[in-house]
Amino acid sequence: MAADSYEDIAVDKGDVIPALEVPPQELYHAKSFWTKWIFCQDAKVIGIQYSITAIAIGLVALVLSWLMRLQLGFPELFPFLGAAEYYQFVTMHGMIMVIYLLTALFLGGFGNYLIPLMVGARDMVFPYVNMVSFWVYFLAVLVLVASFFVPGGPTGAGWTLYPPQAITSGTPGGDGLGIILMLISLSIFVVGFTMGGLNYVITILQARTRGMTLMRMPLTVWGIFTATVLALFAFPALIVSCIMMTLDNLLGTSFFMPAIVEFGEQTEYSGGSPILFQHLFWFFGHPEVYIVALPAFGIVSDLISVHARKNIFGYRMMVWAIVIIGGLSFVVWAHHMYVAGMNPWFGYFFATTTLIIAVPTAIKVYNWVITLWRGNIKLTIPMLFALGFIVTFVNGGITGLFLGNVIVDVPLSDTYFVVAHFHMVMGIAPVLVVFGAIYHWFPLITGRLLHEGMGRFHFWVTFLGSYAIYFPMHYLGFVGVPRRYFEMYDSEFMAVSTNYLNQFITVVALIVGFTQILFLYNIITSSKFGKKADKNPWKACSLEWRTPEVPPTHGNFGKELPVVHRWAYDYSVPGATDDFIPQDIPASQVPNAEVEKT
Amino acid sequence: MFVALLLVLVTLGSVAFHFWSPWWWTEVASNWGNIDGTIVLTFWVTGAVFVAVCLFMAYCVWKFQYDPNRKAEYKPENTKLEWILTIFTAVGVGALLAPGLIVWNKYVTVPEDVVDIEVMGQQWYWNYRLPGEDGILGLTDLRNITDDNPFGINLDDPNGLDDILIQADDLHVLIDQPIKVNLRSIDVLHDFYIPQFRAKMDMVPGVVTYYWFTPIRTGNFDILCMEYCGTGHYAMRGRVLVDELSDYEEWLSEQMTFEEMIASNGKTDLIKLALNKKGE
Repeated sequence: MAADSYEDIAVDKGDVIPALEVPPQELYHAKSFWTKWIFCQDAKVIGIQYSITAIAIGLVALVLSWLMRLQLGFPELFPFLGAAEYYQFVTMHGMIMVIYLLTALFLGGFGNYLIPLMVGARDMVFPYVNMVSFWVYFLAVLVLVASFFVPGGPTGAGWTLYPPQAITSGTPGGDGLGIILMLISLSIFVVGFTMGGLNYVITILQARTRGMTLMRMPLTVWGIFTATVLALFAFPALIVSCIMMTLDNLLGTSFFMPAIVEFGEQTEYSGGSPILFQHLFWFFGHPEVYIVALPAFGIVSDLISVHARKNIFGYRMMVWAIVIIGGLSFVVWAHHMYVAGMNPWFGYFFATTTLIIAVPTAIKVYNWVITLWRGNIKLTIPMLFALGFIVTFVNGGITGLFLGNVIVDVPLSDTYFVVAHFHMVMGIAPVLVVFGAIYHWFPLITGRLLHEGMGRFHFWVTFLGSYAIYFPMHYLGFVGVPRRYFEMYDSEFMAVSTNYLNQFITVVALIVGFTQILFLYNIITSSKFGKKADKNPWKACSLEWRTPEVPPTHGNFGKELPVVHRWAYDYSVPGATDDFIPQDIPASQVPNAEVEKT
Repeated sequence: MFVALLLVLVTLGSVAFHFWSPWWWTEVASNWGNIDGTIVLTFWVTGAVFVAVCLFMAYCVWKFQYDPNRKAEYKPENTKLEWILTIFTAVGVGALLAPGLIVWNKYVTVPEDVVDIEVMGQQWYWNYRLPGEDGILGLTDLRNITDDNPFGINLDDPNGLDDILIQADDLHVLIDQPIKVNLRSIDVLHDFYIPQFRAKMDMVPGVVTYYWFTPIRTGNFDILCMEYCGTGHYAMRGRVLVDELSDYEEWLSEQMTFEEMIASNGKTDLIKLALNKKGE
């Protein structure tokens, strides 16, 4: 595909129709309510099932964050918040947000809904496995929720689950069922994800419609595709570490457990390595960052392009940047471990690889803002969220240059600087994209528009509020305030004013949190009573808007699959009457359009 | 207009907050002031990029607002511009990485004139061990840990007898004396961190980790555990007092050696055993 010149990508010369490589496949047709809506094999329904489950469990994590913030802003005011509960909330909040919300929503939710529609397929290639994938994910969520109700409560080991503390008695849930259910739930999640993930990858590689070369796919598909490949390589490291830790815990093996003295008692453990766990965890954990970020990169590229009425700048560079970032993400993991006690010589290697990632990432940022240059920018709600994403992502990206540079990380690691950094870059930034994407594709999914006024209010409070939460939080880290502290007491190194900053952050966090309820209200009411949308309300080029019916029905594309004649970004083509030419329009239908040579 | 204005305000507000908020580093109290230097450098380089990108975006939003009578420019690629930006970014990244690695090299290269001390973490307090008159820390084994031998010092190693054991919150160190802190944990992960010293490293059961620093001003400094270590993590505090020589020696004379500690527990047979080894 590298050999494709830009002109080949942009548009077919003449009305070529590539031959069918395989005959059309017969679809599974549901007959009962159960097979149509519950054990459904239609990727669109599965995508919505994934999204609803992910958002529901995400709301639990949101409430947990409020409780944490109440403790941090106003310690001792809430007697029901003890240290053990606080650490359980921290752990479950982190784990839910990263795995059960963001991963599931981007790949299971958006992936399922958009991939077949965007590549011009009727469904995923393995619809049955796809259905099972969702239900296995659902089971993982149930096991996770169950851990809230077992004696001792859920694990409070921190979302990184570092041994030895994850399975010792000094940690909440560490000597009970809490940690075991966590490990089991994660293992189930990986099983479910693998079923879905193989589906996404194979569908993209094998089931694209005629004319849809890889280099004509919308960047949304490229982002989801690369993220899924990363996940298929990264999640095995998580599942093996979960299994090994479960064995250490239940059978007394010593994979991760060295000889230790637990509250004065010698233990039977001997010779295991806690650092080995950290390597395995971050070999999964760092790609995980990009598993969340790459779909966001892809989606935001499409939002910017559609709403600025301009092709994405440097499409091929954007594709390669996604692929290169994905590849590099596997050789940077130990930058989470600079002060973990590994051999200090690793620092040179991982600092170098980590900072190299900044180059393709910066290129993506440049290309997004250059796309705005001389665009015709519609400040729709999706566009606003995309702009908010760029601000928060650049902000969170540059603080990554602090933490990735090994010596700069030394004083900052495990402080609030880290908390602020990762919330900005893989919390707020991707979530802004999720919101933008929901406002963008809601008319496709429901045929109606979300309420404009509520949407704009939601954007401004969420964007400005979350920036006001996390930008100042970095400075707590400079002061030296440690993360994962239930209470600071009087600490000489901290000025009293830092407490006021914590109170401010808590108040803003509650406001931003409650605004999300308004967003949910908007979704629920607009899906029933919202303004009816046009068939292609944003005048987008990509195939998901080209179905005969909107919302798309079973099988997506009616009798004939669309044939693709051009890339997904033909906006404002000189000479064309409209300011967009959909992908399935051949050159003969827009005779005056001049695709500029580059 | 409104959107562009707010984007400008967010950008300039961030810059203003950076310069005028009261929250910044504590005054450095060790030789690691050049870590602060690398951070300030990173701020200037990355801050400039942040401001440039955000203001450029705000300008575009203001200048190229939707107008149904206008068409956007059609310009899919610009190889030259893309290469210029790539090289520009690579140079910036190099400018951050090179000084960072030089300082890191200092951080991991322990000078020869250091004094070895040991900090031992356990849920949820600190213990300290000084090498005593021979200047050598005795070997330890976690399996030796008992109520009489809380550090698990190896009785076969005569260097351990004169080790000074401190089971209290406060550790005193001598100003301007380079120190190598040997870090040990007997249960879970911990991390020995003093904000004013900048340096930190996790303590991992089963291995001895380390870092070095030189205290450069007297005072009392909070010790924080920086690696989550269970329910009492936030309460795992201590204090380092950086002393002038006379204060330091006064404090040191009040501390007990391992030998004295065993004797005070009435376990003199253990001492004999160790002294016999020393004679061999």
